[in-house]
Amino acid sequence: MKRATQATETPQVGRSVPRLESWLKVTGCAEYVHNLRLPGMLYGKIFRSSVAHGRIKRIDTSAARALAGVHSVVTAAEIQKLIPEPYYGPAFHDQPILAVGKVRYVGEPVAVVLASDPHVAEEAVHLISAEYEELPAVYDEVEAVTSKAIVHDELRPAGTFPDLKHLKGQKNTNVALNFHLRRGNFEKAVKTAAHVFEHRFRTQQVMHTPLEPLVSVAESTDSTLTIHTASQSPSFVRIEIARLLGWPENRIRVRVPFLGGGFGAKLYIKLEALVGVLSLLARKPVKISLTMEEQFFTITKHASTFRIKSGVTKDGRIVARDCEVWWNGGAYADIGPRVTQKSGFTAPGPYDVQDVSIDSYALYTNLPPAGALRGFGIPQLVWAYESHTDLIARELGIDPVEFRRKNLLREGRPQATGTAMKDAAIEKVLERTAALMNWSEPFDRGSGALRRGRGIAIGFKACIANTTSLAAVNINADGSVTVYTSCVDMGQASDTAMAQIAAEVLHIATESVTVVHSDTDVTPFDMATLGSRSLFHSGNAVKLAAEDALKKLSQLREELHLPVDTPVADVFKKKYGMRAGSVTGAGSFIPPYTPPDENGQTDNATPFWMVGATGVALEVDVETGKIKLLKLVNVADVGTPINPRIVETQLSGGAIMQLGFSLFEKMLFDADGQLRNASLAEYKIPGFLDLPKEIVNEAVVAEQRNGPFGGKGVGETATFGVSPAIANAIHDAVGVRLTELPMNPEAVFMALQKK
Amino acid sequence: MRRTVQFRLNGEAVEAQVESYETLVEVLQESFGLYGARESCGQGLCGCCTVLVNGTAVSGCLYLGILVENSEVQTIEAGAEPDAVQEAFVERSAFQCGFCTPGFVLMTRQLLDEHPDPDDDTIRHYLSGNLCRCAAYPEIIEAVKLAAIKRRKSAGAKPA
Repeated sequence: MKRATQATETPQVGRSVPRLESWLKVTGCAEYVHNLRLPGMLYGKIFRSSVAHGRIKRIDTSAARALAGVHSVVTAAEIQKLIPEPYYGPAFHDQPILAVGKVRYVGEPVAVVLASDPHVAEEAVHLISAEYEELPAVYDEVEAVTSKAIVHDELRPAGTFPDLKHLKGQKNTNVALNFHLRRGNFEKAVKTAAHVFEHRFRTQQVMHTPLEPLVSVAESTDSTLTIHTASQSPSFVRIEIARLLGWPENRIRVRVPFLGGGFGAKLYIKLEALVGVLSLLARKPVKISLTMEEQFFTITKHASTFRIKSGVTKDGRIVARDCEVWWNGGAYADIGPRVTQKSGFTAPGPYDVQDVSIDSYALYTNLPPAGALRGFGIPQLVWAYESHTDLIARELGIDPVEFRRKNLLREGRPQATGTAMKDAAIEKVLERTAALMNWSEPFDRGSGALRRGRGIAIGFKACIANTTSLAAVNINADGSVTVYTSCVDMGQASDTAMAQIAAEVLHIATESVTVVHSDTDVTPFDMATLGSRSLFHSGNAVKLAAEDALKKLSQLREELHLPVDTPVADVFKKKYGMRAGSVTGAGSFIPPYTPPDENGQTDNATPFWMVGATGVALEVDVETGKIKLLKLVNVADVGTPINPRIVETQLSGGAIMQLGFSLFEKMLFDADGQLRNASLAEYKIPGFLDLPKEIVNEAVVAEQRNGPFGGKGVGETATFGVSPAIANAIHDAVGVRLTELPMNPEAVFMALQKK
Repeated sequence: MRRTVQFRLNGEAVEAQVESYETLVEVLQESFGLYGARESCGQGLCGCCTVLVNGTAVSGCLYLGILVENSEVQTIEAGAEPDAVQEAFVERSAFQCGFCTPGFVLMTRQLLDEHPDPDDDTIRHYLSGNLCRCAAYPEIIEAVKLAAIKRRKSAGAKPA
């Protein structure tokens, strides 16, 4: 589409601009790695472990190699010729590119067949056989603490994180990280409390299920490696591949076009190291596209157990809270240790509690690895603390909203880490949710077999710190603008938001801005697109870069003695004698941060807080246990929305995704660690028929003062309160309490039977 | 076994060499460079691979390529100008990552052919075979309704 470069004084921030790539997406022309084919390319298909824990005795690839059309079969032995220590990971260097000596979960990659016809590669995979000496396995996160089955012989922390250094070389443990926070004295305070409550909650293992399954393509020469990949973290991929190969970073290029969904699945290294090595070994381009089934064996969301104990005064003030959380990280740590700490410190919830104790454990088990999934651990925590909080309110006979009001963590008050709350509209979000739920109005409780109830829940999240984003902004000779960022657009519309921010600074229409997709040869470093950090971090970097470009343009005008309102094209014409040249602005952003001390205390735990609440009205069929959602209210503090329509769709989409995790999604394992439902036929994700009758989304009026134009992240916020709001509403409707996810009809029915 | 299959693709007569096991999505991608129909779940359950064969939506990841012999095949790439459905999807932000969008657009066209003025329930049931993990479902309902209005307006403007 032709777009004129348009100068404008109309504010660009706060405009509901449609996604810049809208037309590409509705015509099927948007670029995804899924579509990429290179000349001479080989397809890789993966042979996977059939046991949960075992020593590899023998891998027989002879029949596969003999099949006509097979290029080669690769195992760890071939990979180790190139990389003797082929282990990767963002927190621990624990995950082998292909299994070395041992397998640690069913579905772990053991060998790869390469062929120019993917059907041949797939057929050959079925001709591979492996023999294992089976070892005892552990699946439960709490059992993993004391289990004799040890997943890793020795812990291998990555070394880049100071808080993991003490774990180096530890043996006979499945604990990948034990995070502790102590504020005040819980034991002492709880003794003074009039009431003590203790509960235990569980969440299940689920999967991101991006509809574009994980996919990477690599092409190489003797001295260069280019990886085209559906990744949320191109900068990390380059650093990690360079480390593995012992190459300088500038010989590795990582390119990322649009992603067909990410949700945390496409972070760090997934297929990139594998395709990279295969391409170097085969001296040909190599593509691996996972099937939907294989995604279940690649990355998942932590199952968790949370024991929470609170001391409450006679008049309903929470004075002491003890939190113990076990995170089921599966066989490889991925980002689990960061989830354990960065989310762990918010485990007491958005409440003003003086005496707090938190223990948060990252555990290895013999299940598929768990990482970040839309919320970075927060939905698991809010599930527990908001169910617990509701139970306390009920027990004390206090209205659940009133009880929360009484205990809310207000602006300026210290959170469990000691960091004072700032620009966190917790109170406003709670009040708006209650108002949109007509909380103080009478409520129709249904009759006969159909009983109605309503519930509310509120959660908050810190943003991962400290992380860096860089950006560049080019003002071209015709006045058009190009933004260079390694922020990845996986559907959240970051391209559009970044363009709006640059456009606002440069007084041009957003539609005149082009955003160059991540290409590590071209776009500057960005930590990763995760944890709702990008609008804030990349957005601030783009804003700084645009301001820098503007300053350079002004200097150019001054230097040429041109009036300040000289059009851009005329400035360049005067400077170069023709329409040529450009100015480039650079921006680099890293917010201040103080690492926690040995008690988890810090005066600056996060650059910003996210706050989200959910209200639910539902109907329970007491004869079948089936739940019908009548109303879903999502309220969030997103600062000042850069693009109100996109913010609304992010809130709505996040909440609906969380409905699936709340009501029916669950990975089902048998006693031997075999996954029984690795397909959309048996693992259902939300569709049209699962929608609530009514959905209301609202961003409260708020400002994040250190954010770009008052904005901050929104991708995860609406997920926080969904699960506990539903459990609280079920309790309200039929008087039973569910403490495990998902709350499917069977679980509700069984709970009703026990009543 | 490879054989020659002749059919009409987006209005043009074409032919392709097709293996007996190749799916329609593979044929479209490998022989014609059309990537709008995509395999995702591989089981005909998500709708990302939707293609119209003789005007009816099929799951291109299951539908064998050899079965389109002498058929009229239509993909998202048909038509030089965007239609009312595509315009409505853009105007109502009815997608996020866009991976499922071609399937939704094709199904919506078929829905509106059968139900020119659909209510919420009709839309939900008709499109329940298409999945969107970004969950743009409320926006898709809005877009379908807007597309219906656009279609009726243009039909009124140019009576057949």
